[in-house]
Amino acid sequence: MASAEEVAKAAERRDVRDRWLLSAPALLVILLAATGPLLIVLVYSFLTPGAYGDVKWQFSPDAWISVFMERDIFDDTLSVAVAHVTIFWRSIKLAVVTTLATLALGFPTAYFMATRSEKTRDLWLFLITIPFWTNLLIRTFAVLQIIRNEGIINTILLKLGIISAPIQILYTDTAILIGMAYVYLPLMVLPIYASMEKLDFRLVEAGYDLYATRFKVLRKIIFPLVKPGVIAGSILVFIPALGAYVTPVVLGGGKNMMLSNLIELQFGQGRNWPLGSALSITVMVIVMLALLAYVRNAGRSGVRHG
Amino acid sequence: MASNFSIKHQPGFTAIAATCFVVLYLPIIVLVAYAFNAASSTSEWGGFSLRWFQSAYQNTQVIDATLRSFQIGAIAAVLSTIFATMAALATTRTAPYPGLTFKYAAINQPLMVPEIVTGVALLIFFSRIKIFTGYSGLGYLIAAHTAFCIPFAYLPIRARLENMDLTLERAAADLYATPWKTFRRITLPLLWPGILAGLMLAFVISLDDVVITEFVKSGGQDTLPTYMLGQIRRGVTPEINAISTAFLLLSVAIVTLFFFVSRKRD
Repeated sequence: MASAEEVAKAAERRDVRDRWLLSAPALLVILLAATGPLLIVLVYSFLTPGAYGDVKWQFSPDAWISVFMERDIFDDTLSVAVAHVTIFWRSIKLAVVTTLATLALGFPTAYFMATRSEKTRDLWLFLITIPFWTNLLIRTFAVLQIIRNEGIINTILLKLGIISAPIQILYTDTAILIGMAYVYLPLMVLPIYASMEKLDFRLVEAGYDLYATRFKVLRKIIFPLVKPGVIAGSILVFIPALGAYVTPVVLGGGKNMMLSNLIELQFGQGRNWPLGSALSITVMVIVMLALLAYVRNAGRSGVRHG
Repeated sequence: MASNFSIKHQPGFTAIAATCFVVLYLPIIVLVAYAFNAASSTSEWGGFSLRWFQSAYQNTQVIDATLRSFQIGAIAAVLSTIFATMAALATTRTAPYPGLTFKYAAINQPLMVPEIVTGVALLIFFSRIKIFTGYSGLGYLIAAHTAFCIPFAYLPIRARLENMDLTLERAAADLYATPWKTFRRITLPLLWPGILAGLMLAFVISLDDVVITEFVKSGGQDTLPTYMLGQIRRGVTPEINAISTAFLLLSVAIVTLFFFVSRKRD
């Protein structure tokens, strides 16, 4: 006869097995239609491009070489692929500036929301949530109508006589930046707000009792306490900003390419699927590095105060 | 001074917050206003009119794309919510067991990868399957949407479950309820608000998707967002404003519903 301990162990094993069965459909769908195909991308990046798209099953490191280098068609020498490096640099720069801009705007907004009375807080949260769940394409399109030459900004400036000709904002990097900051702002505000809501204002009060200035309280007390929210928000903005597709297409007009447009090009007119795959993996690696930095940072600031 | 000194005040923060809220809503308001413009371009105001709503409604491409969006969204939302509910039941209210961390990572994986990379990966993978099976229907889009909706549906369901203790379920088991009966009569009714919130979230996420759909769709499988993107690329008519306005109205309605369902405590 089995001892009580054995019975408990068997029950535990059954429980774990049931839990695996329960999660199997979700895991399977994600494996088939999200995670698994990423491995195929990795394989494709080492193959030879086919004449009409797709690939030939023949190993070639060329795609990886041409991520950053280009081969001279006459003497076969390698040089830095200026076009690709420019697009990498522009994408990273725009993603970083977008993250900083949304942080500069989002932090005070989250602070404002968290310092309202409990009743009105829900209303402010609701007002941030609506744009968050509204279609990104529609919001980008809304920005387009504001900043174009006949848009409201230029019209008002012209009527006021501040400018004599419309400022060309649309189809520039500035337009992409404005658009990304606009659409990703709620992604920054929400996690900072979540941290800020739990902030213990007695600590702030203690700071003032000890003669700290407002800025010092902000820098030494508030900021360190909500840092996890700030980091989470930055990651949530940086990842989609780096891979942004809709914003550069709509506001950059196709001339100012970002990484996603360069990747798309390889699967369209470029007919170089291996290069497109190698570029995709490179984007993934950049994102993974950013996430790693996040995990390490979050681990370090894991000490709870209060 | 003491009476006026607010510990919560930070100079300039309220002004920045106010600016943010205005800036967030102003473009949307302008977009909606121009949907009611009688003029045929969006650069002048020609008086109030519903002509663009009418023209969108009579545009068979728009109606087709809308119906396709709803079809994919509904199926993907239901499937992803069912799978996410099962996964949430399997990953909450338990002592850590081998594989639990893996499950969290796997379920959240679609959130960690830029959409463009997933889009490209699915383009490659599905194009192989298309050649292999000859099938090129909506199944691919539904599978892709279900996969990236799972982490979103999972969030509110898991949050709800974590706030439910096992007392009632144990009581039911003590009274000889079968596990299935306990689930149907106790767990499911308590979990319902979370499931509903997950379902709505998944539906909205599916309805909003542009990038993955753009890469996965075959010819003639435009959803409303990919149709709109194509139109915007070609040049803008107020018809797009009218479609956007209708779309916005729907999103706001769903978000409002979501907000009340997920905020309600028991």
